[in-house]
Amino acid sequence: MTTFLQQLVNGLSLGSIYALIALGYTMVYGVLRLINFAHGDVYMVGAYTGYYLSRRLQGSEPSITSALLVMLGSMLVCALLGIIIERFAYRPVRREARLTLLITAIGVSLFLENVAQLLFGPDPKFFPSLAPRTDFLVAGVRLTSEQITVIVVSFLLMVLLRFFILKTRTGKAMRAVSFNLDAAKLMGISTDGIIAVTFALGSALAAAAGVLIGMQIPKIDPLMGILYGLKAFVAAVLGGIGNVPGAVLGGLLIGSSEVMVVGYLSSTYRDAIAFGILILVLILRPQGLLGRVRKEKV
Amino acid sequence: MKGFLVALAVAGTLLFVNGVFTGMLGPGLAMPPYLLQVLCLAGINITLAVSLNLINGFTGQFSIGHAGFMAIGAYASAYLTVTFGDRLRAALPFLPSFGRESVVLLLALSMGAVLAAIAGFFVGVPSLRLRGDYLAIVTLGFGEIIRVFILNIDAVGGARGYSGIPKLANFFWIYLFAGAAILVVYRIVHSSFGRTLVAIREDEIAAEAMGVHTTRAKVISFVVSSAMAGIAGGLFAHYLMYVHTNSFTFLKSFEIIIMIVIGGLGSISGSVLGAVLFITLTEGLRQFAQYRMVLFSLLLIVIMIVRPQGILGHKEFVTFLTKRRRSLGDAPGASGDE
Repeated sequence: MTTFLQQLVNGLSLGSIYALIALGYTMVYGVLRLINFAHGDVYMVGAYTGYYLSRRLQGSEPSITSALLVMLGSMLVCALLGIIIERFAYRPVRREARLTLLITAIGVSLFLENVAQLLFGPDPKFFPSLAPRTDFLVAGVRLTSEQITVIVVSFLLMVLLRFFILKTRTGKAMRAVSFNLDAAKLMGISTDGIIAVTFALGSALAAAAGVLIGMQIPKIDPLMGILYGLKAFVAAVLGGIGNVPGAVLGGLLIGSSEVMVVGYLSSTYRDAIAFGILILVLILRPQGLLGRVRKEKV
Repeated sequence: MKGFLVALAVAGTLLFVNGVFTGMLGPGLAMPPYLLQVLCLAGINITLAVSLNLINGFTGQFSIGHAGFMAIGAYASAYLTVTFGDRLRAALPFLPSFGRESVVLLLALSMGAVLAAIAGFFVGVPSLRLRGDYLAIVTLGFGEIIRVFILNIDAVGGARGYSGIPKLANFFWIYLFAGAAILVVYRIVHSSFGRTLVAIREDEIAAEAMGVHTTRAKVISFVVSSAMAGIAGGLFAHYLMYVHTNSFTFLKSFEIIIMIVIGGLGSISGSVLGAVLFITLTEGLRQFAQYRMVLFSLLLIVIMIVRPQGILGHKEFVTFLTKRRRSLGDAPGASGDE
């Protein structure tokens, strides 16, 4: 039982990372109906920005303030990156066929990965520890301070996002754009601006996930975004793509099931499980757990 | 009869060129080994690109798991030659050694093709019900699952890779099968079944309303495409004599996508052009290896923005030059895409 609880805690902390990335997928899909293949790579850039920022701050003792600074800085950088990607790669092809948009996204993803290999070097880097670390023992389950930070921070960010989407004017506009882009435009909403905001928000969340993963598994490399991105995408589909609470639920489920498979079966299958879940979901319930069915009209 | 004679002539020419390149007809004429290898890999890539174009370009379904089927073909055929190769050769004492090796290779390739086709069927049936982006992700997922499973089979080397494969494939076989792949896709596309596929690409709902069994047509084109990828994988394994699952990641699938997108989705000669361009650029830029993929990804983005239909679009090279005949699937006034 303790082993199971321990696995569950590990799964939840990994799952919150997936959930943070999945939110970006779901939001972008909501407004553009685009699977932003480059999203996982934005997360990678977030992790690297965090790495270089914390190297800058390394003179000082690890403290909460420096950790916060690193996280905010990296979120800012990635928000800008997200806006740039949207402006220069996706906006010119937004009115083209969906396939064109998808191939462009693959191109952006490959571009970020390869530029990252040039800039940061292909070898993995080791994330310095940002905050003082301690372990807690609760009922036989070991909780590291990193795990607690990951779970608490991602929970806070998700609550903030929910508040933003439901209670602010911009959030309302975002929901309108995701409901119907053309109608929103006719109602005087600056759709270009809203799409840019969506990209910025999603990328900032991915950057936060990048810094958090750096604290938890301190090895980062330029291709780390591919697999995390794909699994987070699976999480978004599992929850129902376009659905914000669904992305969180999906992330937590994918994270836990992955940790369980590694714990009870074999670690070689850890990357196959997410795809297995994806295929099952798409066959049995293509709209996802919390999604609604959209009828195709001619 | 005429077709048979043409095929025979083509095979004869290829055999002759193969002899010249490998130095069998005098060492002075032989091609440098490096160039010959590039040429052979280009041939394998042509087969891959043309086969993927059947599903991505002509049927309009976006599959990005082609490397998985290539992996199945490579491993299945290699397993056959390594495990049963000697017994097969012993069973054919009446043939000259060239004939024996050919029979072994052909059997191995057919086994790879059949297994890849079966896998294509089981992947295609559930996933081809999905559209667009979902299909893309599912095929990507299946490609990775196939790779992970092969990685866990110890009989084919697992994580060590599979070595000790005899070198049975050469320039002749690779280009024979590249030619066959082009012919098969050409014949399919110019049949009534091919027009069904193009109809699905142009408008799936309309095609269904016209009585096209869309799922069946999509699955058939997927299975044919997978089988050809399996053959390409088998040739790859028997040319390089060593395979590792790392050669069949989704990056390989993306490479094939880049080839057909650059050349033109829905153009056979475009795929050939794209494959040749891709190989030429990769090899030509070898000394700038780390900038190479940056260039390709930028090229992909720029092509999507400037010319989303690729270099040749839906047209074939000949029609592209003469413009006498409207190419398949180009409705009057339509730009071609969806």
